[in-house]
Amino acid sequence: MGAFWKAFARNRLAIVGGAVVACLAVLAVTAPVVAPWDPNRPDVKKILDSPSGPHLLGTDQLGRDVLSRMLFGARVSLAVGFVSVGIAAFIGITLGSTAGYNGGVVDATIMRLVDLMLVFPRFFLLLAVLAFLKPSIWTIMAVIGLTGWMGVARLVRAEFLALKEREFVVWSQSIGASGFRIIWRHILPNAMAPVLVAMTLGIPAAILTESGLSFLGLGVQPPHATWGNILNEGKDAIELAWWLSLYPGLAILVTVLSYNLLGEGIRDALDPRLRQSRGRIVSRGG
Amino acid sequence: MLAYALRRLLLALPLLLGITFVSFVVIHLAPGDPSELQSGDLSMQHSAQAYKQMREEYGLDKSLPVQYWNWLSRLVRLDFGRSFAPDGRPVLAKIGERLPITLLLNVVEMLIIVSLAVPIGVLSATRQYSTFDKITTMFVFIGFATPDFWLALLLMILFGVRLDWLPVSGLRSLNWEYLSFWRQQWDFLGHLALPILVATFGGLAGFSRYMRQSMLEVIRQDYIQSARAKGLAERVVVGKHALRNALLPIVTILGLSLPGLIGGSVIVEWIFAIPGMGQLMVQAAFERDYPVLMGNLVIVSTLTLTANLAADIAYSLVDPRIRVGRRRR
Repeated sequence: MGAFWKAFARNRLAIVGGAVVACLAVLAVTAPVVAPWDPNRPDVKKILDSPSGPHLLGTDQLGRDVLSRMLFGARVSLAVGFVSVGIAAFIGITLGSTAGYNGGVVDATIMRLVDLMLVFPRFFLLLAVLAFLKPSIWTIMAVIGLTGWMGVARLVRAEFLALKEREFVVWSQSIGASGFRIIWRHILPNAMAPVLVAMTLGIPAAILTESGLSFLGLGVQPPHATWGNILNEGKDAIELAWWLSLYPGLAILVTVLSYNLLGEGIRDALDPRLRQSRGRIVSRGG
Repeated sequence: MLAYALRRLLLALPLLLGITFVSFVVIHLAPGDPSELQSGDLSMQHSAQAYKQMREEYGLDKSLPVQYWNWLSRLVRLDFGRSFAPDGRPVLAKIGERLPITLLLNVVEMLIIVSLAVPIGVLSATRQYSTFDKITTMFVFIGFATPDFWLALLLMILFGVRLDWLPVSGLRSLNWEYLSFWRQQWDFLGHLALPILVATFGGLAGFSRYMRQSMLEVIRQDYIQSARAKGLAERVVVGKHALRNALLPIVTILGLSLPGLIGGSVIVEWIFAIPGMGQLMVQAAFERDYPVLMGNLVIVSTLTLTANLAADIAYSLVDPRIRVGRRRR
């Protein structure tokens, strides 16, 4: 652990990323206190005011304060990021470890399922599923999680394939430990490092996906503010109010960038051998 | 070679069946009762009507295996049913007129991405930690983090509204019919410029990163040292010996990243009002036009599967180790 912190502290970009991530988390949690205005209170006298003293980032079509809406939007983004990655990691770990530990037909079946899920362009699948369901923040979390577990499953399976031949596993098998116990107590803890990295990099991907869906109007529904649906409203006012389009997108960019820097920093510090950025293309929204 | 291609083809068949199965499961997410239907943008009356049509279309009162079998046997005959939209046209016709434009966009994007990413990747790998490498790495991180719809909005504000250089929606200007032939082509290109720029941006980041990685790995191999040792010019070592081997994994990655690219066209087509598959998909999602949604899902994923298969076979063509050795993991 000491070696990890030492290596991590040397990576200045990762530190910056981590600091921004921490600030965002604090801002999101304290949004009701720090937001200067009520995010949902319209004001007909302040429709589409440009950024100025009382409204630092301007107001929207209904005269609501953009900064306050963005602070509340951060709550949605972070919540969706964490919960959907949690769901994806749970499915991925369960299926990946089952496949890697058992091998044979079980492995082949699960890996075909992974292949199958990867054939669907994610946005098409998400849209198809969302069209049938009632859009809410819970639906969004669930569908992003349910369509995003394949990378973790592959990682965990690969770790299991390598680890299950190792002596400590063979010894536990020889004293009659159950498969379940060997998987959870012996192999999984040793396979967690790359999973944690994948999860850290999965959060920004989920945030991008959520904001894309909300931008299309199929994600979290107004009046709940999210970065995606503020941008959606901004799209209708691009000729009048550039601030509606610029700031929420900038927030997404900075958040995603910080998580990515943090994630890559953790990976490099955990294990220099993992430097080869595997699977990065796949983790980008799309 | 033929044996390898056949084996890949056989392995793809269960996936094809899987695609239809997943889509079938999605259909059954639909509310079981018209009263549960979201009114959304539709009037309740329309929803109830759509629901009735869906019961007939999919035979929802029959048992599940029978439903699946019926649906499958219609898919085999390329019968995707009729759209729920007021025009009620066959789904296949609707998709057929939109598929070419989405394919065109994606092929052009792919060509631009590859032709830029390969030189960028090679240059930053051969000059690792140089200023050029650092700048491209920064660009890669920003490219990963930029939401494509946001980039689209900013470009629309800049080029469409402020500078008024480029059109921001559709594929043709209003006065298209009155333009001369060459003017029409120019007009078309102008409409494509921003969407392609946006769609290329994120993909370029990923590909140049991969190319750099692949090149870095190859450059450290012994045979590159030998090539240098026998006195070949660095240009030949990099351009011929290293590049050829570094390009191999890119073929596979090209196939794997296709779903992402096509998925990205959903948002780009929606923003720029381009009448392609992506725009159709969003409209169908809003209108709960289930047959169009399902048809789109099945066709797009089948296309992706085919492209992956083609990439696999192309890979085995350029790299004999694949078809002689073990099957790829």
